[in-house]
Amino acid sequence: MQGDIACAEGAIAAGCRFFAGYPITPATEIAERMARRLPEVGGVYVQMEDELASMAAVIGASYAGVKSMTATSGPGFSLMVENIGLAFMTETPCVIVNVMRGGPSTGQPTKSGQQDVMQAKWGSHGDYEIIALAPSSVQEAFDLTVQAFNLSETYRTPVVVLADEIVGHMWERVTIPKADEIRVVNRKKPQVSPSEYAPFRPDEDLVPPMACFGEGYRFYATGLTHDESGLPRTSSAEAQQKLVQRLCDKIRKNADKIIKTEGTMLEDAEVAVVAYGITSRSALSAVRKAREAGIKAGLLRLVTLWPFPTKQVSQVAKKVDAIVVLEMNYGQIVREVERAAKETPVIFLPKLGEEPHKPSEVLWGVRGALQ
Amino acid sequence: MMPHIWCEGCGNGIILNCYVRALRDLGIDINKVVTVSGIGCIGRISGYTNTDSYHTTHGRAIAFATGVKLAKPELKVVVISGDGDLFAIGGNHFIHAARRNVDIQVICANNFNYGMTGGQYGPTTPLEAWTTTTPYGNIEHPFNLVHLAAASGAVYVARWTTLHVRRLTECIKKALQKEGFSFIEVISPCPEIYGRYNKMRTGIDMMNWFRKASEVQNYSDPAKAEITPERIVIGEFVDIEKPSFGRLLQDMTAKVQERMREEK
Repeated sequence: MQGDIACAEGAIAAGCRFFAGYPITPATEIAERMARRLPEVGGVYVQMEDELASMAAVIGASYAGVKSMTATSGPGFSLMVENIGLAFMTETPCVIVNVMRGGPSTGQPTKSGQQDVMQAKWGSHGDYEIIALAPSSVQEAFDLTVQAFNLSETYRTPVVVLADEIVGHMWERVTIPKADEIRVVNRKKPQVSPSEYAPFRPDEDLVPPMACFGEGYRFYATGLTHDESGLPRTSSAEAQQKLVQRLCDKIRKNADKIIKTEGTMLEDAEVAVVAYGITSRSALSAVRKAREAGIKAGLLRLVTLWPFPTKQVSQVAKKVDAIVVLEMNYGQIVREVERAAKETPVIFLPKLGEEPHKPSEVLWGVRGALQ
Repeated sequence: MMPHIWCEGCGNGIILNCYVRALRDLGIDINKVVTVSGIGCIGRISGYTNTDSYHTTHGRAIAFATGVKLAKPELKVVVISGDGDLFAIGGNHFIHAARRNVDIQVICANNFNYGMTGGQYGPTTPLEAWTTTTPYGNIEHPFNLVHLAAASGAVYVARWTTLHVRRLTECIKKALQKEGFSFIEVISPCPEIYGRYNKMRTGIDMMNWFRKASEVQNYSDPAKAEITPERIVIGEFVDIEKPSFGRLLQDMTAKVQERMREEK
């Protein structure tokens, strides 16, 4: 199965029944699969006039109570960040898949890149937190899309799947579990009567239960700064502080539950390679080659990119002499790694253009790091 | 909620009143109504309705409403927003929602300028009008909104002013009962900003302009429905039947599922 198709199937398995999108290489196959599959399962596919509209429709559908998603690539993602901010502000569970290609601007539509990693975190204006997951295989395109929906429903927040063109377009064997073996999370619903319901009053986990349109709660939601009742508080410093802090803390304070990384041969490693997405495949191969050559190398693969796995990187940094970071960009996640690594030297191997790093290139970096 | 944020002499309260009366008169279950608005003075209307309501980003109300309606077709989804929101930043969403014939009702408060930001010119500002960003008079041709809506495929199109409250209410009721994309333009006074700069300093001055200039021309050619200092052509312009996007979607889904059952 192809990565993009596995992503679409993961969405359907997670309960997604609404897709709004706009064609864009290399994410179009997700839209095509959804257009064919959603009517079969009673869902809705709609092709909007642009990505601004797609993201707005996704938020609308989610507020109507239906799990919803869109899929795009860099140029479309740039348009979506406007309403990703709205989704964050109005605590809308939804999933945005960005199959990254080369940028900036139109860039290289058919070639891979990892250049939107910082945009996913900082693209919309104002303080906010995002959850972003980076699949490195077709199997993970399926699994992490399911996970993205579960996280979005758990925390009432938009979640980004940051795939890349190679993962999106490559074909690999995928095991799709039986429906009853897939863990599916649904947003928590209010346990109070409509008259007692405050749409943005959080529980202890900082997440408010979510009523949806037509359920009789007759609530109001706005992109303006609001209080727990949902009403605008545009002049209150206290309301602004309380709301923005809670929205960010909802992710920050639950980071340990959200973050997933995968360590390989790190126990005795003297040098650690940090990578995510497709480049982690080269990194794994390079680490094995290094071990064959007697070099104690290990791999820390970042499955969650945001919130950034600072603790996990710090722990590895304390044990190794150097860290090598691979990215298909000119320096993005490496800045976060440097911040987490503190005194441990960080060597950065950028790669721009079609292919990820060759294992030999990574090995060269690993050898260099130990000198 | 009250007092509201709108200025003295503003037409938004009248539009809210007509909308709420239309819902009441029809006896629609307000638990099944969603009021959606964009950004601007009238954008705050969703906060004053006792329905489910959502205040979107600038220009995106129709796109949001499309998602709501397609995801939950049993809801009545009404967009109420301004001329700048719906036709400048949101213009593309308007024409495509009308083309698709999404089953939503759009009510546009047209006050000829961006009131909330202090009176800049917009897509409906008449030629030669004075605004803070046309200090030498407006040199851009305005949109004729009813013509645009009709050409884009809306099944129901009307224009009234806030002086015509009974006819406006009746038309909102009619639109709420139509299947498909309906559009009502409401010419609305903005004496504090637009009127002040254009020799109509009070709400009464602006209403007097509406009274003197309005001319009911039901089912006339919307292309000729002009708005000038001398003449404001109002009335119902389009009332046709066409299957909505939602219905076609439902039919297609039923066929797909039928085929799947046969294949099994």
